[in-house]
This record gives sequence, structure tokens and C-alpha cells, in this order.
Amino acid sequence: MLRDITLGQYYQTESVIHRLDPRVKLGGTLLYIISVFLFRNFLGYGVAAIFLATVIGLSRVPFRFIVKGMKAIVFLLLITVVFNLFLTPGTELVSVWKLTVTVEGLRTAVTMAVRLTMLIIGSSLMTLTTTPNNLTDGMESMMKPFKVFHVPVHEVAMIMSIALRFIPILLEETDKIMKAQIARGADFETGNIIKRARALVPILVPLFISAFRRANDLAMAMEARCYRGGEGRTKMKPLIYQRRDRLGYLCIFVYLVVSVAAGRL
Amino acid sequence: MGIIRTKELVYEYIRRDEEGNVEGITTAVDKVNLDVQAGEFIAILGHNGSGKSTLAKHINAILNPTEGTVWVDGMDTAEEEHIWDIRQRAGMVFQNPDNQIIGQVVEEDVGFGPENMGVPTKEIWERVEESLRAVGMYEYRRHSPNKLSGGQKQRVSIAGVLAMHPKCIVLDEPTAMLDPKGRKEVIRAVRGLNQVEGITVVLITHYMEEIIHADRVFVMDNGRIAMEGTPREIFSQVERLKALRLDVPQVTLLAHELREKGVRLPEGILTVEELADALAFLAEG
Repeated sequence: MLRDITLGQYYQTESVIHRLDPRVKLGGTLLYIISVFLFRNFLGYGVAAIFLATVIGLSRVPFRFIVKGMKAIVFLLLITVVFNLFLTPGTELVSVWKLTVTVEGLRTAVTMAVRLTMLIIGSSLMTLTTTPNNLTDGMESMMKPFKVFHVPVHEVAMIMSIALRFIPILLEETDKIMKAQIARGADFETGNIIKRARALVPILVPLFISAFRRANDLAMAMEARCYRGGEGRTKMKPLIYQRRDRLGYLCIFVYLVVSVAAGRL
Repeated sequence: MGIIRTKELVYEYIRRDEEGNVEGITTAVDKVNLDVQAGEFIAILGHNGSGKSTLAKHINAILNPTEGTVWVDGMDTAEEEHIWDIRQRAGMVFQNPDNQIIGQVVEEDVGFGPENMGVPTKEIWERVEESLRAVGMYEYRRHSPNKLSGGQKQRVSIAGVLAMHPKCIVLDEPTAMLDPKGRKEVIRAVRGLNQVEGITVVLITHYMEEIIHADRVFVMDNGRIAMEGTPREIFSQVERLKALRLDVPQVTLLAHELREKGVRLPEGILTVEELADALAFLAEG
């Protein structure tokens, strides 16, 4: 049951966007998110939508796959819209009972909904087209300047990639422990929230013990294979910018200029 | 001098209570003298708690001796400056395949060791390819390790060690968590390394079937070496092995029982074929 959860949400296919350097995608996503918050009129969102649609088309990720990922945040989106709609003071538009919709409220609600949707589609497009591995590599490389401030960049990236490797293993283990406890009469399905939360304790304790044991083994295995931190380490798959990556940066730059110019007219 | 040598090796685990006071001392390895020649296939046998894993961890400088000395390729493992050279020269494969694979893709895991050693990128790729081919896992290079069987995972671990170009590989019960098919795959890969690549192998196991190809076998009990010899010499002492709580392969046991009952079979029969031949010979003569 737990094994069905897909994490990282990578969508396997061949496309220009998939082949782009992760640094381009990370940087591009960041700039795109910033741009969405800079617009003052709907023209800007129009430009952003066209840009997004083009990237989705290039990435060959089916649109319904992206929408499927949106389901999880529909609730959050609704709350934002409802709060903005009813709680913004201003000129009255309609009033039913104690609830008043204002012109300003309607405007902010729609803007927020559009913003959030575009933000989520944009960033999920990045995780859909980049393997978790590539993503950590990209982050490690982009965070390098922070080494000056003694931020352990390599170590953080290594921790992230090991965590990603162990997620499916620990999920499988949780599944096993759950089945073992169910076989002995444990009940995870009935009762109120508190009762159910307490039922989780006999799962978490063995899970933690086993996770520590695994961590211990893994540390030993890494040392046995000469791991001694990032110092003096070479890369099997170093990140090297290609022509398409430079082109990617150029596209993002052009988009940023055009969209912000249009959005702030 | 051999590639791995231990002299009067003693290792003590100190047990402490919650306040850190010494509760007691367990001697896991007790005055062990080993001398392994380059290119040999050595098997170390012993039941749980006999000290065989502790001994193995000394060869990779994961543990340092309490007393005595360990030399790997002429270097003393207790000397801090040799530690990385020793770990490169004497690779180690552990019991649980899941807890020693670091990469999320098979080829990346095999490249982990060379990356740590600072091998140039181009050479890493060459080493990864040759190591994966040596264990027959090249077709799986782009797979996720999570999707492989236990035997395949262990072969990836072996390739990961092989890519560091070691002179010697220590395998600490590599087949303990595998099914019979996986065990065969791994043992075949290990034998290949020993015979084709000439790498010294130290195989630690409690499965008797796996040691019949070894050049020399050491049987450990209570931290000491209790028996030493060729597989044939070891297997001819069935009663002694039983006293050390070790299982003898079924064929050897059958031959032993037949001998007890008066059938004139030679000592130390290791395979079904040998027993069949010996019985056929008896029937004729």
C-alpha cells in the first residue's frame, strides 16, 4: 500500500527540457517565480502563460499529468481564494447575509489564484523533468559560493541524495512492520485521530531503530570505500554547460524582460 | 611476506553500562596469526559470534587491533597515514546489500569509490564499465538499485569495490541475506575475480558449500583459529566441525555416514560427482 507512493515525481521521457542542465532549470524556475510576483496587470500573466505553455509543450510531459499533481493543493488554493474574496475591505459588489464581496477582493482573489497555479505548475515542471539526482547535483553546484561562509554544501547535497535513495527502502520497511503488527492484532484503521496516532508508535519505534542501524552500516560502507568528505573528490558526471544550456539562459532572460515590461505597463 | 598478514592479533570489545563504566571485556579476536599470499582464495568459517567479522574489519582498517599488528600490502593498519591506501587496496563487501549501495543508479554507485579517490572523470567511466562487465551487471548500469534482486545488488557492491582497483577483496558474509540463486550468482562472480583478475579473496561465510573452491580454509571459534587447511582436509574432520557447530555439506555428511557404516569411501568428499564416482568405483571393484 505504501509502496505506491511516488516521490520526486520524475516523469521519464526524452525532451529538450529533460536534457537541460539542472542549474538552468533551477535558476529559470527561481526567476520565473519572481516574475510572477512582479506583475501588476493581466498582460504579464498572459506572457507568463504563453511561456509556460511553450515549456510544457517542449517537455513532452502530458498536461493531465501536471494537473494530477495539482490536486493536492486545490484545498489550499480554495482557502486563499475564499479569504481574499470575503475579507478584503473596499467597494461593495454583492452582499449576502454577513458576507460581503468587494471589487478589490474579487481582484486579489483572482490574482492570487492565478499566481499560485502558475507558481505550482512552473515548479512542478522542474521536478517532473529533472531526476532527483540531477537536482541535488545542480543545487550543490549553485550553492558553491556559500562555501565561503563555511556552509557544508557538499555534505548537505550528499545527505539529500542518500535520503532520496533510502526513502523507498524505509517505505518498504514501514510496510513490513505494519503488516507484522496487524498480524499480531494491531488496529490502525478505526478510532479517533488520537487513538490512531497512538497506534503509530509501535511502527515508528522499530522503524527508527532500523534506520539508525542502516545509517551506521552505510557510514561504515562509505568509509570502507574511501569517502572522506568533498575535499579532493572528482565527479563521475560533472555538470558542464552545453550550447542548449546557454540558449536556455538566454530564453529565460528574454522572457523575464518581456514579461516584466508587459506586466508593469 | 603475504599481502595480508596478522601477528598475534587481539581485539577486545569493551562493554560499558549507561554511566560509561566498564562492565566487562569481550575478546572477539584472540591471538590470530594469518598469512595470505597474493592471488589466494581464502575462506574463513565460523558460527555467529566466532569473531570472523571482527577479523575482517581489521583488514580494511575499520577496526584497529587492541594488541598485535595487521599488515596489508606491507602497510601497518594502525598507522593513520596509510589508512586510505589500505582501504583502496583491500576493498570490503558487507552483508546487507541495501546498506552499502550509495548511488541511486547502478553506475553511479560503482563510480562512488573512484570519485572519492579523485580519479579523473574519463577514467571513472572506464573503470565503471570494466567492473560492471566483470560481475555481469553491465546491462543493468542505468537501473535503480532498489529494483534489483539481492544477488544482483551484491554483485553491484562487488563491482563498486572492484572499480577502486584493489589487490584484495574481503567479503563479510556477502550471501547471508540471499536466496540460493543469489548465493550462486555472487560466489560465481567472486570466483571469477579470483581466477580471471587474480585478485586475492578473503571470503567470510557460514555456508559450507561456498568454501569448496577455496585454496585454504580457516575455521574460527571463540576468536581463535580452530582449524586450518584445504577444504578437503577440513571436510574430512566431520566430527570436529560438528563440535564447532558448523554444518557439513549434505554430500560430505552422507559420505561420512557411509564410511561409519563400513563403506570404503575416501575421506573429504566435496561434491555429488565425487561421491558418485567413488561409489561407481566401489561397485565395479
